[in-house]
Amino acid sequence: MNIFDMTIHELHTALEGKQVSSVEATTAMLERIESIEPRVGSFITVTPEPALAAARTADQRIAEGKCHLLTGIPLALKDIFLTEGIRTTCGSRILDNFIPPYSATSWEKLRDRGAVLLGKLNQDEFAMGSSNESSAYGTTRNPWDTTRIPGGSSGGSAAAVAARQAVATLGTDTGGSIRQPASHCGCVGLKPTYGRVSRYGVIAYASSLDQVGPLTRDVADCAVMLEAVAGHDPKDSTSVDTPVPNYSATLKQGVKGLKIGLPKEYFIDGLDPEVQKAMEAAIETYRRLGAEFVDISLPNTDYAVATYYLIATAEASSNLARYEGVRFGHRSEKAEGLIDMMTRSRSEGFGDEVKRRIMLGTYALSSGYYDAYYVKAQKVRTLIMNDFIKAFADVDVMLTPVAPTPAFKIGEKVGDPLQMYLSDIFTIPVNLAGTCAMSLPAGFSASGLPIGLQLIGKPFDEETILRAGYAFEQATEWHTRKATI
Amino acid sequence: MKYQPVIGLEVHVQLLTDTKIFCGCSTTFGAEPNSQTCPVCLGLPGALPVLNKKVVEFAIKAGLSTNCSITPRSIFARKNYFYPDLPKGYQISQFEDPICQHGWLDIKIEGEELKRIGITRIHMEEDAGKLVHGDLSGQNDDSGVDLNRACTPLLEVVSEPDLRSSDEAVSYLKQLHQIVTWLGICDGNMEEGSFRCDANVSVMPVGSSTFGTRAEIKNVNSFKFVKQAIEYEILRQIDLIEDGGTVVQETRLFDPNSGKTRSMRSKEEAHDYRYFPDPDLVPLVISDEWIEQSRRELPELPEQRQHRFMTDLGLPSYDAEVLTASRALADYFEAGVAAGGNAKAVGNWVMGEITRALNDSGTSIDACPVSPAQLAELLKLIDNGTISGKIAKTVFDEMWKSGKTPLTIVEEQGLVQVSDSGAIESIIDEIMAANAGQVEEYRGGKDKVFGFFVGQIMKASKGKANPSVVNELLLNKLKG
Amino acid sequence: MKITVADVEHVARLARLELTTAEKELFAGQMDAILGYVEKLKEVNTEGIVPTSHAVPMENAFREDIVRPSIGLEKALANAPERAGSFFAVPKVIE
Repeated sequence: MNIFDMTIHELHTALEGKQVSSVEATTAMLERIESIEPRVGSFITVTPEPALAAARTADQRIAEGKCHLLTGIPLALKDIFLTEGIRTTCGSRILDNFIPPYSATSWEKLRDRGAVLLGKLNQDEFAMGSSNESSAYGTTRNPWDTTRIPGGSSGGSAAAVAARQAVATLGTDTGGSIRQPASHCGCVGLKPTYGRVSRYGVIAYASSLDQVGPLTRDVADCAVMLEAVAGHDPKDSTSVDTPVPNYSATLKQGVKGLKIGLPKEYFIDGLDPEVQKAMEAAIETYRRLGAEFVDISLPNTDYAVATYYLIATAEASSNLARYEGVRFGHRSEKAEGLIDMMTRSRSEGFGDEVKRRIMLGTYALSSGYYDAYYVKAQKVRTLIMNDFIKAFADVDVMLTPVAPTPAFKIGEKVGDPLQMYLSDIFTIPVNLAGTCAMSLPAGFSASGLPIGLQLIGKPFDEETILRAGYAFEQATEWHTRKATI
Repeated sequence: MKYQPVIGLEVHVQLLTDTKIFCGCSTTFGAEPNSQTCPVCLGLPGALPVLNKKVVEFAIKAGLSTNCSITPRSIFARKNYFYPDLPKGYQISQFEDPICQHGWLDIKIEGEELKRIGITRIHMEEDAGKLVHGDLSGQNDDSGVDLNRACTPLLEVVSEPDLRSSDEAVSYLKQLHQIVTWLGICDGNMEEGSFRCDANVSVMPVGSSTFGTRAEIKNVNSFKFVKQAIEYEILRQIDLIEDGGTVVQETRLFDPNSGKTRSMRSKEEAHDYRYFPDPDLVPLVISDEWIEQSRRELPELPEQRQHRFMTDLGLPSYDAEVLTASRALADYFEAGVAAGGNAKAVGNWVMGEITRALNDSGTSIDACPVSPAQLAELLKLIDNGTISGKIAKTVFDEMWKSGKTPLTIVEEQGLVQVSDSGAIESIIDEIMAANAGQVEEYRGGKDKVFGFFVGQIMKASKGKANPSVVNELLLNKLKG
Repeated sequence: MKITVADVEHVARLARLELTTAEKELFAGQMDAILGYVEKLKEVNTEGIVPTSHAVPMENAFREDIVRPSIGLEKALANAPERAGSFFAVPKVIE
């Protein structure tokens, strides 16, 4: 077995058993990255030297018998996570030369457990996009079909796992940015409940929606990663002080008697037939495993995309005001005076999609429109949230598709932002409701493109969706297929 | 036509916390530029604010002391605008649902009745950094940004437009200043900007009930300037209207050198701050228990203390007011009384000798070299006849200089008052013998000469003769 | 409603963005389409509905007033596009 094909669990066993060292594993990953990166483009920055140094330290820890599940495991991070001393661009030219003086809490937690950082992964600029095409560092390609998008915005994080350039990765999910690329690339991706994982040191897109989560080869790895990064952080006022369960311990408890809701608004006519078929097969699998299905309704689903694009862009317009060339980042050389310097630096540094969303958000907050747009959206958000609360009174989890279609072609939706936005229809409501959801492989299209299944859990009940995901994985073989690249 | 000025004040009160409002950086004044910064106050990507609890406690105290109601659930909002001294491109402030609302202060103008001035709101916010102009390391064309002050906690206290003259404005401002310094939540230093004021000024014809268009005057950093700026602005607006012009709503800057206000011209269009709730911060919920706890911890406020000084200690209202000018002064006074001093006498000494000595030496009451207990001891020496009031002043000066106790000084310098009638009689006899002419005058009906004799006798006794004994004996002797 | 180039220019000024003529026209069209889509929220009856800022109920997150070390001048200024001594250097304001 190739080292780069191993899961966290497999590699951990090999490391602990001294069959392989972290330096060997890291070297294998770095070679793998080097050989296929020209075809995938998952990375913005690869960091071989710090990676090998960390691997050597990890090997020492292992030799001393202090081996955590993540010690010596080569991982990679979306370039939205601040990594002290290592360039962090957020996919934007405006941060091309930004070397953070501090690290994200989630990365510190992984690092403290001995994980090895291979590098920083490609993404849509400032996490704004569903295709990775808005990155200033080129579009990542889908490892299953390099003419197609990997999904976004954590496209690099999903592609790197699918192309086996990293054992696991971290991404962020604001409207589906972990789950949709995970679905398109055939890996597992989990968006935890808002407040479950610290956002400190993660570059903000839309602060009330952003959440950090893992992308992995399988559900068991996902549980390990979540356990490592979850938990209260006094540096993030919105991180919740709720105990983090031992997710791995309950994975194998099965789904007998589990009540799974099927929201009718997610099984619509426009759904791709192959996606529809995969969902039906998944329902059948769960039935066989002893789960019960309940038809439910989330009546305000149709308003989620509109609500999301008002709230997310409004918050983004404010979050991105700090990029003006004064303290860090790109500064225009053509400026005449202070005000002009700020305006030009922003105009030169941001790409089109970011500018478009800043404009939309500024408009939604501006005098005379605030109530009609922003406040209205916040009220509809309440209704969408209430839909979930009501539905969860009757079911334990919900099962839905992740995306209406498998991965689309590169360039297909670039000219039509609205169509691009609408492709997030099944993932966005979860962010608005603040709850948790996971995408996992549930089939393939005739042309060999992965199709993902979404399990939505109650707030702070990641445990149940992981358990349900694990049961599905044990009963199917989708997650074992590998992209040939 | 006659015009009625209408004034509202917005006061920024810098809070005396050890750390900034949303991060753990120190708030010490005067450090090297940008040395007191971290990812949060630098506005670095990914950094998040966490609220300093003490700021909330201070805000509650300020609210309770100005008769505000405390908002049970208040939220922070972002005020969006670009300026290089504002690191995040927005200021975290409060907009809807500020922490304190609907308060008031009663102000007193000499010769007028108490007047109630409404306080619309008090909210918490972060300060901006500083944009410094001029030569920085030889780079003449540049300005410099220092973010040490960024994220320093402020309260903004917004009054209703209830003030009708510059005197009222100053009186309100002084009272607010007294309260926040009294509470110990602000050092009150106006020069360093710890207590700064923007004034909204408009005029309307007397009898009208519609306010005129207002101008906002920024940057008035002393009580004197507030008075000047408001008076100038009132006259400017009246002149403008009389000349057929109209007042435009604008921001004006007060120039202390010329005593004038001038328009802050700017190419920027009217601000649109796009306030919205800050998603990085969570709602602030203040329970009734918390409010009550805070109320219990409040010190006795100046007004209450004045009242008690009058009713319990029998001070005249003037004395009570002067002695409560600051909490430290009032504390000093009370400690003197507690140490056994007569309230009226302690008050006189604090307002007289002590204040004079403090002023002369530029010392604050906290650092007064004569302790309240020593002052009380000195007063006891006067009361029991050991020294005269006159000698007491000499003793006090020595106490101030040397820190010795009054009794030590009296003993060392032999300043004990002479009450022995034999000794005093012999001095009187000497003086009368040497001034036979004046004795005749007195006996001829010129009463005033009596004072001359007292002066001579005191002088001869080096001030130590007991004045009442002198009076009594002298009267008898002069009568013959 | 129709988003005009003038609207785009106004918003761009607020957002401190400078757009080319072509970008203005492109954004006007795209913003019009997106805001047109967003109009569907008007169908929703939100009378008496409280706006949601955070989907997960949370309140009162504090820190104590205890000084923590700053990151230090060099780290603070490390990413400055330009510095002058201990300051971030910026061009002068031109009125």
